[in-house]
Amino acid sequence: MTEKVVRGLSRSLVHMVIISICLVWTLPSFGLLVNSFRSRRDTVATGWWTSLKTPFELTVENYVDVLTGQSQHDRKKADAPSILRDMITGHGMGRAFLNSLIISVPSTFILIMVAACAAYALAWMRFPGRDLLFILVVALLVVPLQMTLIPILRLYNRLQLAGTFLGVWLAHTAYGLPYAIYLLRNFFMALPRGLFESASLDGASPFLIFYRIVIPLSIPSIASLAIFQFLWVWNDLLVALIYLGGTRDVAPLTMHISSMMSSLGENWHLLPAGAFISMVLPLIIFATLQPYFVRGILAGSAKG
Amino acid sequence: MGSALFFLTVYLIYPILNTAYISFLGKGSKEFTGLSNYWYVFTNADMLAALKNNLLWLVLFTSITVGLGLVIAFLTDRVRYEAGAKALIFLPMAISFVAASVIWRFMFEFRPAGVPQIGLLNAAMDSLPGLEPVAWLVNPRVNNFALIGVGIWVWTGFCMVILSAGLKGIPIGILEAARIDGASEWRIFWNIIVPMMRNTILVVATTMVIIVLKVFDIVYVMTNGNLGTEVIANRMYKEMFNYHHFGRASAIAVILLLAVIPAIVFNLRRFRAQETMQ
Repeated sequence: MTEKVVRGLSRSLVHMVIISICLVWTLPSFGLLVNSFRSRRDTVATGWWTSLKTPFELTVENYVDVLTGQSQHDRKKADAPSILRDMITGHGMGRAFLNSLIISVPSTFILIMVAACAAYALAWMRFPGRDLLFILVVALLVVPLQMTLIPILRLYNRLQLAGTFLGVWLAHTAYGLPYAIYLLRNFFMALPRGLFESASLDGASPFLIFYRIVIPLSIPSIASLAIFQFLWVWNDLLVALIYLGGTRDVAPLTMHISSMMSSLGENWHLLPAGAFISMVLPLIIFATLQPYFVRGILAGSAKG
Repeated sequence: MGSALFFLTVYLIYPILNTAYISFLGKGSKEFTGLSNYWYVFTNADMLAALKNNLLWLVLFTSITVGLGLVIAFLTDRVRYEAGAKALIFLPMAISFVAASVIWRFMFEFRPAGVPQIGLLNAAMDSLPGLEPVAWLVNPRVNNFALIGVGIWVWTGFCMVILSAGLKGIPIGILEAARIDGASEWRIFWNIIVPMMRNTILVVATTMVIIVLKVFDIVYVMTNGNLGTEVIANRMYKEMFNYHHFGRASAIAVILLLAVIPAIVFNLRRFRAQETMQ
């Protein structure tokens, strides 16, 4: 009898601990979400929880202001087409969102192309120095980015690549490469050897085997890699700060928000909406593709 | 393969060697100055503060993310809403440090006592008897802990996911046998689970150490290293862009590299062991 009581007590203790940890992990984000829909006057004067009672006084004004980069009070024309135009051409977060996409998508594509070829060669082709090369990749996994910033920046200044999207794409590809090669090579190695042997007996070239057999079989691990790299680049601040400099036209969301945070005052109430705009895409990816994301983490938990 | 070799050489190997070389040169990389940049790194007051803070980060961040991650993995393993709870804790991993900093900036918001608090933490402090609102990001006694807290909030989910996968790998029979023998859950945790997961814990802890050595975004965005919160990576950024002293910035980078060398050796050993197993 007492044993049952003790077990019941410890069970409810487990539930309490888990639920309170979950609360600590979600309340901050939830509070920010509420704040992003509150008027400027409310956000600076009271806590977000005061808005959780009817009648709700919520507004999307912050989102429009932060996306277009201008306040509604200054706006001459408030019709939908002109707001949309300001989002894309203005100096607001609409532009920054576009920049983040322009930076992240090619950085992911180029990485996958380069890494898949290299990983295939390292896994299934024989050439001198192959093992040494892979040991090098493993060693480079955790080398701090900081070691590369100054020489690359100098090189970029000389080649006029600083402040360009191309420069950032190439840098992100290179920084993602050791992990990507490591992940894909391990996956390719796990494919059954007989598959390759019978294909090459049938006269298929290594190139054909790669495109017709290896790539289709590896879609799940390529998907994990793509998600990983995309989120990594989308969320990056350091690489963008270094190679893009202070140029507003090319600044991604992270840079935009960080400069909003340091120039406090005036636009403080726009920060929650701004942060959520930067979180939308990661949250959608997380919600829909979480298994792939987790697989990527489990497959190689040693990114540098 | 050629293209990969190009990227690895131009973007990683050449810069590593070049940075090591620049670290022995002066401010504009014109003259050889021996070890003076390293001397600066280990004697300048701001640098020493940064090194001390990184050590604080190293100890607290690593132990709490790994410890809490393990506890959460262990506890959620026994409830029906495991997947949902884990997703919530893992969620911050998907967003940027910058967004996480905005989230916590509002949690830490401080107003002097007597005025309504708009940050949740200080509102809670205000409503509890005997507690006063705290200027979390300004007060040098707490601001480092506040920043480390944000880091823990982001990374605990990562540790939890890996440790949880490791935990599921422990044969259920061993745990059941221990329970039949009357072992308490506490003893099962310490005497079976922790020793059996030693390797996974080591891998996760190594990853956290590497993350924490390079911590930059949270500090750069929230305090920019002011008020006693400086860290090495932010210091390097300042040497580069505020003071244009490339010699010192490179010396700091080299220190970071030296600090991760044990992790590189650890990874290589682990890789060797894996290869011989196959």
